[in-house]
Amino acid sequence: MSEATRSPLPDVIVIGGGIQGCSTALHLARRGVKVLLIEKDHVGRHASGVNAGGVRRLGRHFAEVPLSVASMEIWQSIKDLVDDDCGFESHGQIKVAETEAELATQRARVERTRLLGFTHEELIGQAELRDLVPAIAPNCVGAIICRSDGAAMPYRTTLAFKRKAESLGARILEGVHVTALKHIGQVWRVESEDGTHEAPIIVNCAGAWADRIAAQLGEPVPLEVIAPMLMITARMPAFVKPVIGAQGRTLSFKQYDNGTVLIGGGYRGRPNRDTNWTDLDFGKLADNARTAAALFPIMAGAEIVRAWAGIEARMPDDIPVIGPSLTSEGVFHAFGFSAHGFQLGPAVGRVMAELITTGATNVPIDGFGIGRFDTVRAA
Amino acid sequence: MFRRLPDKTAAGVVNFTIDGVRHVGRRGDTVAAVLLLSGARATRVSAVTAEPRAPYCMIGVCFECLVTVDGVGNRQGCLIAVANGMRIETQKTRREVGA
Amino acid sequence: MTTEPELKSDYDVAIVGAGPAGLAAAAVTAGCGLSTVLLDENPGAGGQVYRAIETTPVRDPKILDRDYTDGQDLILDLKDTTAQHVRNAVVWSLAQDGEIGVSIDGRAHMLRAKRTILATGAMERPFPIPGWTLPGVMTAGGAQTLLKASGIVPEGRIVMAGCGPLLWLCAYQLLQAGCNVQAILDTTDPAAQRSSIRHAARFATSPYVTKGVKLMAAVRRKIRVITGVTALAAHGDGQLETVTYSAKLGPVDRMTADHLLLHHGVIPNVNLAMSVGISHTWDDLQLCWTPNVDSFGTTSISGIAIAGDGAGIAGALAAQCRGRLAGIAAVRAIESNATGLPDELTVRRDLTHAMRGRRFLDHLYRPSRAFRIPTGDTIVCRCEEITADQIKATVALGVEGPNQMKSFLRCGMGPCQGRLCGTTVTELIADVRGVSPQDVGYYRLRPPVKPITLAELAGLPQTEDATKAVVRL
Repeated sequence: MSEATRSPLPDVIVIGGGIQGCSTALHLARRGVKVLLIEKDHVGRHASGVNAGGVRRLGRHFAEVPLSVASMEIWQSIKDLVDDDCGFESHGQIKVAETEAELATQRARVERTRLLGFTHEELIGQAELRDLVPAIAPNCVGAIICRSDGAAMPYRTTLAFKRKAESLGARILEGVHVTALKHIGQVWRVESEDGTHEAPIIVNCAGAWADRIAAQLGEPVPLEVIAPMLMITARMPAFVKPVIGAQGRTLSFKQYDNGTVLIGGGYRGRPNRDTNWTDLDFGKLADNARTAAALFPIMAGAEIVRAWAGIEARMPDDIPVIGPSLTSEGVFHAFGFSAHGFQLGPAVGRVMAELITTGATNVPIDGFGIGRFDTVRAA
Repeated sequence: MFRRLPDKTAAGVVNFTIDGVRHVGRRGDTVAAVLLLSGARATRVSAVTAEPRAPYCMIGVCFECLVTVDGVGNRQGCLIAVANGMRIETQKTRREVGA
Repeated sequence: MTTEPELKSDYDVAIVGAGPAGLAAAAVTAGCGLSTVLLDENPGAGGQVYRAIETTPVRDPKILDRDYTDGQDLILDLKDTTAQHVRNAVVWSLAQDGEIGVSIDGRAHMLRAKRTILATGAMERPFPIPGWTLPGVMTAGGAQTLLKASGIVPEGRIVMAGCGPLLWLCAYQLLQAGCNVQAILDTTDPAAQRSSIRHAARFATSPYVTKGVKLMAAVRRKIRVITGVTALAAHGDGQLETVTYSAKLGPVDRMTADHLLLHHGVIPNVNLAMSVGISHTWDDLQLCWTPNVDSFGTTSISGIAIAGDGAGIAGALAAQCRGRLAGIAAVRAIESNATGLPDELTVRRDLTHAMRGRRFLDHLYRPSRAFRIPTGDTIVCRCEEITADQIKATVALGVEGPNQMKSFLRCGMGPCQGRLCGTTVTELIADVRGVSPQDVGYYRLRPPVKPITLAELAGLPQTEDATKAVVRL
């Protein structure tokens, strides 16, 4: 008799052990729900474990702002939730404007966020920017700042959510692929390499593979598999504390306490989601390098010791799919975070737990419905 | 604590400096080799606790032979042949940026 | 062989590493008219075994004999062809589609080859003992490199420790050079000796046996050999001063020493191969990761082959043969009507002959557990100064592999990119968890496999793609 038939039926099966899946498992476990999470590799193996660790509300799509603000509150006391500070540091996130035109765009943006009732974004001028980031190229004219944004350690965070969930009774199966989903009566039968598991509720947190799950449910989504690249340098003297982005360029830039500098920007490598492989594109990383050096002249002497890319899911409108399935009773989705899901993870899990246990959540998620895609409506 | 065996070949002589001091070597010597020959026991310090370190593998694998050559830091000395006028500088403090 | 500095952007064949395997492969492919580039990070060709063969000051055959000087033939074979040997060329990336990133004299270049042969050879197995990071402690191979390339030898009291043919060869060469080798602390494991006996007869037919036996006898006449060494440590204030050891689990003894030369065999240098996704298997006899290759060195990635010790430790003569076989396969893949190929059967016969007796050596010189799985505050990761205890404590937190560990420790994140700690970390984690090294896995190695400066990277030409297709964060 397999373990699956011996132990009591889970109430919920979560597919995917990234931050969204582990956070969902944790929040459900906190509510006494019996969770089984099935992960095909190991928890945090993909996008969730290898991203830049940015914890930001800054610059989000307006549909994401409420979720991001709610998540930030959780981040402020993450240790209470998962018994680990996750390496979270908040020295602010700053998005620099290099020209007056960029600054004007930023001014309009900040005004709009205020009108929507949010105060986390502030515009600063050149003087304050130079004060906060003395190493920035002198031509920068100002910036948007979120003073209590920051960064954390992605793998460590995902692992902490997993371990806390387990300590509260969640069961996490790693190294197991889900091969098929079938609705039998009131229950979903999940076929896997580890045998069959059943539960009345399924949560699809399968990241870059989530479209395959959705397709089985008759909801084919236009998910794109991407491999955003990152580079890390050898140790450098401390020269920047906040996480830096740029209005007119793709760049994400952070220096750790140990002096190493992480350079990202969303330049894409070439993923293969069937082999878990990514090929890096050094032509694009060269551009990334030029951008970093243009904004921070000190970087010209930096040494790159490693580059990598995670396997991530992108939706065509660059915002995730969160919410109930349109075709299948008892199925919920949380995927497609388009290279900026890490900060949202803590709140996404809570939202999913609320939806599942009460049928509703007070964080607005209508903009994330799976039905917004033509491919799903047509199916 | 190294010495050179008598050399009967006609390889050329190379003039370079180590931390500002003039030295002479043989064409074909690597930077790591001349550093060891110069009598230095430690040629750099470790990245975290600044402990003394010296070349360990001599074949480009261990990265213990890191040295500044002609102003460019963190170069693997065991892979660079000495050249006339070369300025070799040891990285005796915790080195953080190349050049 | 041409040495024109002008690097092209496309070649039929790119070969990484100009040791015996690379030189032999290049002679085959270029000899058949394929455009061939041979990239090597050193100032001269020869790899480790034939280091500095074109320029060595050591002409005394009592120090460096035919086993070394014969390597010149490989260089001569290449000179008649159009192979382009590029010196001081550090290959830092290889993609599955054959694109290579290489830095020459501080400038980065990208080039493409239809076929790539990796001949990056081997490196010394890490030897993590207390004090191994002290100045004065070095690998025996490192001492040989100094000798071959510059005729430089250690002065003062030398102690050698470990086991394996290279240790004895090095001891012999240093003695011939007039060095004061005080003792050899022989760590050959009695259990390993017992398991090697059934392979001894075959070893008697090996090309190395006669020389090996003579050499060991010569060394034993002049140097004190302490066998059954089970523990070893280096001590000193800022530099090596004494070596302590115990043999057969007896009391600890000490010797003053100016140099401690360590050797526990060589293992494939896997960083470039792993960074391109070539599948490897943990070899429990040789205690290292070995790429999965067929009889031509073809790997799990189409178009990329591995030849020489990088494909599995087998020595210089075997390396040449495997280089030729990889060359033959590359030629056949590109130019099916090529003439001038060496006869495959002859090469395979030579390879079989060259590999006779390897099993015996692999068994006999398999290092004991004590020297592969360190304890306490023995440094495992030299670059970032991470100790055995720190690694064990992290595993106890639920961290199951070397990659997951990176969120907690900087182990493997220094400039050597895990070369000197990788096998130790894999075995240590496996030991704590009670699983096999195969199950634990290895660092997920990625390019650049050697650090490059941001300036070098920024100097690569602008590509069209770079300015498009960027993800909005």
